[in-house]
Amino acid sequence: MQLVLEKRAERSGTIALVSPLIAIGLTVVTMVILFAILGKNPLLALHAYFIAPLTDGYSLQEIAVKATPLVMIAIGLSLCYLANAWNIGAEGQFLIGAVAGSWIAVKTQGTDAGAWVLPAMLVLAAAAGALYALIPAICKVKFGASEILTSLMLVYVADLFLDYLVRGPWRDPNGFNFPTTAEFDPVATVPLLIEGGRLHLGSIIALLVVAAAAILLGRTIKGFEIRVVGAAPRAARFGGFNANQLIILTFAISGALAGLAGIIEVAGPVGHLQPGISPGYGFTAIIVAFLGRLNPLGILIAGLFLALTFIGGEQAQIAMKIPLDVTKVFQGILLFYVLACDSLILYRFKLSFPNRQVASGTH
Amino acid sequence: MELIEAIILAVLAASTPLLIAATGELVTERSGVLNLGVEGMMIVGAACGFAGAWLTGSVFVGALFGIIAGTMMSLIFALMALGLAVNQVATGLALTILGVGLSGLIGAGFVGERITPAVHLAIPGLTDIPLVGRVLFGEDGFVYFSIALVVGVWWFLYRTRAGLILRACGDNHVSAHALGYPVLRIRTFAVMFGGACAGLAGAYLPLAYTPFFIPGMTAGRGWIALALVVFSSWRPGRLVIGAYLFGAVTILQLHAQGWGIGIPSQFMSALPYLATIIVLVLLSRARSGGSTAPAALGTVFVPDR
Repeated sequence: MQLVLEKRAERSGTIALVSPLIAIGLTVVTMVILFAILGKNPLLALHAYFIAPLTDGYSLQEIAVKATPLVMIAIGLSLCYLANAWNIGAEGQFLIGAVAGSWIAVKTQGTDAGAWVLPAMLVLAAAAGALYALIPAICKVKFGASEILTSLMLVYVADLFLDYLVRGPWRDPNGFNFPTTAEFDPVATVPLLIEGGRLHLGSIIALLVVAAAAILLGRTIKGFEIRVVGAAPRAARFGGFNANQLIILTFAISGALAGLAGIIEVAGPVGHLQPGISPGYGFTAIIVAFLGRLNPLGILIAGLFLALTFIGGEQAQIAMKIPLDVTKVFQGILLFYVLACDSLILYRFKLSFPNRQVASGTH
Repeated sequence: MELIEAIILAVLAASTPLLIAATGELVTERSGVLNLGVEGMMIVGAACGFAGAWLTGSVFVGALFGIIAGTMMSLIFALMALGLAVNQVATGLALTILGVGLSGLIGAGFVGERITPAVHLAIPGLTDIPLVGRVLFGEDGFVYFSIALVVGVWWFLYRTRAGLILRACGDNHVSAHALGYPVLRIRTFAVMFGGACAGLAGAYLPLAYTPFFIPGMTAGRGWIALALVVFSSWRPGRLVIGAYLFGAVTILQLHAQGWGIGIPSQFMSALPYLATIIVLVLLSRARSGGSTAPAALGTVFVPDR
């Protein structure tokens, strides 16, 4: 018996819609098995993961807060992946954005700098993220160096650079030697949407980014070029589209969005610059991009869902002592199932029985 | 003299996991499959290897655990990328994300524990020769094995019929298929070999390099191994040079930190990663005439029966 793939005459639209749902279903089944192996009650664990965070206002806000960087980064990554450019260093671009924006916050600390501080931080963070993403893009276009490896290497470099700054020149003199900057001034902080809550302006920015991406991909020629270059490179060449230029463009956009997400996280929920500001947003966003089918609206939903797993994971850890790493395992398995189900869009799975075919032939 | 010997020993120790992992990936890529999950397979190999050694007290069993763990991870990749014809880049990323989580889960109970690390060879007389004695006759088993592995892979790829068929699959899967070779089965074996090597390379870290397990202890070595394969132009001989060069960069930056040069330690720690980027750029540029990569590398193959 053998598993055989058969190419469909055209991609299946139905499966394209339901495949993320099948993937989530399969992941939940796998998680039930994993919980049982860990000796935890699977039903209680699933409740802690997926239901409990939806039942109180604080957790709901927290989901939106966590989804904000995920959605912003994933939107940028989806543009890259559509154009067949593999930016996997969003984590580094996120950190560099956070560093660049924090520079203004640190330098204006305690001065009477006005309302220009936060906008300047956002702009500088986006610019720095874009420039940082341009390094692998230019290495790819000019020299043909694999953008996968170079963008990933720059994650480690960014991480070390941030570490150096908060342990060295930017360390809070009154911070008891902890590796962190001082708390940002109010003018350098992303304003909250609800007084005393968690939801902040960044979530609105993320929604605007989703809308802008939907317009770019659905309504503009550039968006059309991005999709064609990725889906049909030969057709794109005949169409006179410049693939290299699109690699540069998509990398710059995704770097800018990751950088923006970085400063919003630092100047918002965190409030100061310190190591470990990201629980791997840049990598989880890769899952968000694929789960969302590289579609802006899909990414918004997928981002909220993965944010739910972060919050649910924390609650399951507190309530049931389930290790936090289970969340990462969950996310990895989910990506596998998403990719496997996507294969169903292009192929039909068939079990073939080679021996029996021979036997029936002799009759 | 003693310092030079110590540095050479440290370079060999730092290079060995890179060499083992990169040799496995080289075979995988030569068959036409790009498995970006080396980091994930390595980190799971590290966790399982340490668990095996801690439970049984045997470094050898630990290494076996690492190999088995890496192979099982690679089978997930093979099922997805070869069985279901999923994009190899995305599958490899998924494997790394899964591996990081799994290793944390497996290794959580072992953080802070210690084991007796792998013993070093000791031949009376030979090992005591100054300068070269310990370098040649005083290493742990992994170092000797890694050399044997590269030589074995070179011999297999260039001196055996099976190696020729494997390279044919990597260069043109349609022709190999037309000639009647089971492309997907050959690729599956190549992927498994890569997984076994990555698992062993990961296990080397807690079994010989440091005698304890820390989450995330591979620290990007899997990715550097991938870059080394590019550096080597997919040739085992150049892989050895590349691996030892990178080991040397890693050790030199550690020593430079100790010498108290006025450069912050984080900048020195970033050197191996920056060196990887620079090497990739220089090599890719030098090769602008034509790529030496296996022609079918990373492409999906679905046999038409």
